[in-house]
Amino acid sequence: MNDLVTRRGILRGIVGGAAVTVALPLLDCLLNDNGTAFANGSPLPIRFGTWFWGCGNQAIRFTPLQFGADWEITPELKAYEDLRKQINVFSNFDVKLDSMTNDPHVTALWAQRTGVVPSRETLADPPTYDVIIADAIGTNSRFKSLEVSCSGQPMHSYSRRSALDINPAEPSPMALYRRIFGSDFRDPNATDFEPDPALMARQSVLSAIKDQRVAIQGTLGASDRQKLEAYFDSLRQIEHQLTLQMQAPPPAMACVVPKPPDARDAGGFDLAAASASNKIVSELLAMALACNQTRVFNVVFNEATSSLHKPGESYTHHSYTHNEPVDPKLGYQPNVAAFTDAQMSAYATLIKSLAAIREGDQTLLDNCLVLGHSESSYARLHSAENLPMITAGSAGGRIKTGLHVDGRKEATSRVILTAMQVMGVPVERFGSRSMETNKPLTELLLA
Amino acid sequence: MNPLSSRHALRPFLAGLCLCCASIAIAAEDGWSQSQVALRRLTEAQYRQTIADLFGADLQIPGRFEHDIRTEGLLAVGAARETYSPGGLEQYDLNARSIAGQITDAAHRKVLVSCGPARANQFDEKCAARFLGRVGEGLFRRPLSANELKDAVRVATAAFKAQADFYLGLQYALVVFLESPNFLFRVETAHVTESGNYELDAVSKAGRLSFFLWNAPPDDELLKAALSRSLNTRGGLSRQVERLMASPRLEQGVRAFFSDMLGYESFERLNLDPAIYPRFNNAVASDAREESLRLIVDQLITEKADYRDLFTTRKTFLTRRLGSIYRVPVANATGWSEYEFSPDAGRAGLLTRAAFLETTSNPGTTSPTLRGKAIRELFLCQHVPPPPGNVDFSIVQDTKNSILTTSRLRFQAHTREPMCAGCHKIMDPLGLAFEHFDGTGQARLTENGTPIDASGRLDNKPFNDASEFNAVLHNDPALASCLVSRALAYGIGRAPGEREQDALTVLKKEFTADGYRYIDLLRQMTSSDYFYKLDVPKNDEQKHAGSRVSAEKQTKG
Repeated sequence: MNDLVTRRGILRGIVGGAAVTVALPLLDCLLNDNGTAFANGSPLPIRFGTWFWGCGNQAIRFTPLQFGADWEITPELKAYEDLRKQINVFSNFDVKLDSMTNDPHVTALWAQRTGVVPSRETLADPPTYDVIIADAIGTNSRFKSLEVSCSGQPMHSYSRRSALDINPAEPSPMALYRRIFGSDFRDPNATDFEPDPALMARQSVLSAIKDQRVAIQGTLGASDRQKLEAYFDSLRQIEHQLTLQMQAPPPAMACVVPKPPDARDAGGFDLAAASASNKIVSELLAMALACNQTRVFNVVFNEATSSLHKPGESYTHHSYTHNEPVDPKLGYQPNVAAFTDAQMSAYATLIKSLAAIREGDQTLLDNCLVLGHSESSYARLHSAENLPMITAGSAGGRIKTGLHVDGRKEATSRVILTAMQVMGVPVERFGSRSMETNKPLTELLLA
Repeated sequence: MNPLSSRHALRPFLAGLCLCCASIAIAAEDGWSQSQVALRRLTEAQYRQTIADLFGADLQIPGRFEHDIRTEGLLAVGAARETYSPGGLEQYDLNARSIAGQITDAAHRKVLVSCGPARANQFDEKCAARFLGRVGEGLFRRPLSANELKDAVRVATAAFKAQADFYLGLQYALVVFLESPNFLFRVETAHVTESGNYELDAVSKAGRLSFFLWNAPPDDELLKAALSRSLNTRGGLSRQVERLMASPRLEQGVRAFFSDMLGYESFERLNLDPAIYPRFNNAVASDAREESLRLIVDQLITEKADYRDLFTTRKTFLTRRLGSIYRVPVANATGWSEYEFSPDAGRAGLLTRAAFLETTSNPGTTSPTLRGKAIRELFLCQHVPPPPGNVDFSIVQDTKNSILTTSRLRFQAHTREPMCAGCHKIMDPLGLAFEHFDGTGQARLTENGTPIDASGRLDNKPFNDASEFNAVLHNDPALASCLVSRALAYGIGRAPGEREQDALTVLKKEFTADGYRYIDLLRQMTSSDYFYKLDVPKNDEQKHAGSRVSAEKQTKG
């Protein structure tokens, strides 16, 4: 996946590397006749995202009765009525606990994201799969990945390289906007490009900091050495951003720089506020992808122990999952269901935002794979079985869509391994113990 | 106000001179081959304090900070284990550039940069070196090495050459310090003693001491004591401990420690519903936090009271807003007034105040479980296991059930279910003692029309209400013992290990013998050897021993 580099190479060829002011050709001429790939043959970039919602689902109103392509929309999937051809619904995939303790809202979350069931005392240490995917496809974009929380909390992020190296979330649409489209943003479709002279000075700053490395490093213990390594990895990421900013960005046909969001839409635990934040975040992330700012994103709509709340109600969503009786007539917890429905609508909003952007004769969604999931299925019992997952997009035509996939009680790792391989990660297996698999879901793959 | 120049005005020698003595000091004291280094991530408060100390409190810090994860009961322990993520460091990059820009802008440079060329389009290398040497020392909490200073000046020169602006040059060089691991981590260096312990060098000692007592970097005098090695003598250390403890900045350190120990970061995630509690809003929450911190400072520093009395005192500090929660008149329309609750108000101690009661509640109800858990974990250092998976909680909190009108009735289900009972018996009875206070801390006698029963037992000692509970808690040996363990962990950045158990036992005995005075505990701890040791994991130690041997061989060879 080196199209950016290739195209940058072309551009560098044009300007001879020295480059002061360059007029860039605007677009479609760079694509092939079908608009599915660049004219030089390299495919359009594919992107990856996760969208997390806390406190699961209620299978009785979530799981379609039929598997395969002819499944009928259920009450909990109603938000996807117009999107069913672009998504896959997964059921009967489990986290295999191997008789480890199921720490509520924690164990199954990290087990899904890392493939390793964490022990009670120490959280799972391997990186989450989104980080592995970002390492593979995110190295040529300005941000390796972007993390966002719709409930206004930077610590609500389930993307991490290790338990002590967590990617913090942008806590509001405004924060996300500033990070992507703030003063360091270079419009890929601007007709003029002048490298900012300040960038070279900033590079010399970072290289002076890197020179301090040896003096500290030689005397560190193992864990502190890891800490320092991680720090310098992060510093290199900033350096990489500067390098990209010094080059004329390749044009991005669908990139339209958005207007700043209203600062009052800051998200929060209030369900309506979180939903409003999600809508703006969805549009900003779609543009971040279209404008080549990142290839990977991670949204946490709300945290695993959902603090979502509706004004005037005594309890949070999480409390309801435990204290609301199952309505004997309905067969489920109605207050919990109302939260889940709002969460599903919010995820549908993200999918629609991606589908609204055209790239050639496809949509941005077609060139994405987004994996929506939760930390539990039936949150009332903290169930780690039959975990709900919904993917959206066909990853540039690499996977089939429109299916309800039966996991046959196998590990969630199979879905993750499939996603990783589809995104081009050179990985044969994922997970450990009963969570380990080397079997992608071949029935999903297109040649 | 000129923080930088006033700070350094105290120091008679120039940065260049200082630099020499430091290099000598470091080299002579340890020798790199025998030193061991540990890194602790600077917390947000410590970062902000450093910037305010060096450059003035008016500087804006626009970016966010990495979030510390509570580990072994403390954020400080989490901070000592964590690193900087790519997204996180981006924010520190933003902060560094913004702070450097402000220091060198037209308004601040007059005050903060005391030298300079005649015209800004000239480069004054001597001034750049002097300024950067001073600032670098402040930020790194030690004098710069010759190379570090040379690199910073080189960056300043290069940036000046590109844009012909002296101050722009300084600005870029400042970022080298502000984004450096030497600033963003507290770097602690230790050397091996004959007994096999890793003892901090004097400069690292100074840092540990001042962050513990002030939550701020060492000031000039402390650093000077470190560089002259006076800090390595008993008398020198004692003089500095007494000086730091007598400073008004001790309050800042005490507030930082208790904010951490009491879990006050949860105020950032407070989720109480103003539609259910019309008297509650964000300003009330902010006052509630401040009320408890004021009370702690008043009792522990000003009054030098018994730590345990914090849990029974009726004294407090109120604003009008808090008055409306406690339903008591507050004399001053604005600001804070000292107040004493009447004995029949039931407001005995810290746990009956809004800060504790609000941070342990649901949006519209109390949570005896959360309250009980907080008492066990935060104040008694006891571990409550998380609930098992696959448990049905639904009967416990059904407020619409007309028979189960009160929390106590609803929570009885916890003790009926054998799976729940084990842990809930540890938590719920403690939390139920506080049922006379709702989720915002307002007093109530009934819930859904049923009188509240707040009686129970704490480890077999009976109580009838929160006041009696707090009296029992006051005499629980775990209360004082927990404070000692937490304070030590906070200072050294990790839970006390095997090597510190004897020291911990002695500390606890002394704390008891001294009448549970927190001030005495601080003095005891910071005057002792074990406070200045580095814990080196076993496998690192072996590696280290190996490198020592090879270093020796090299020397001999």
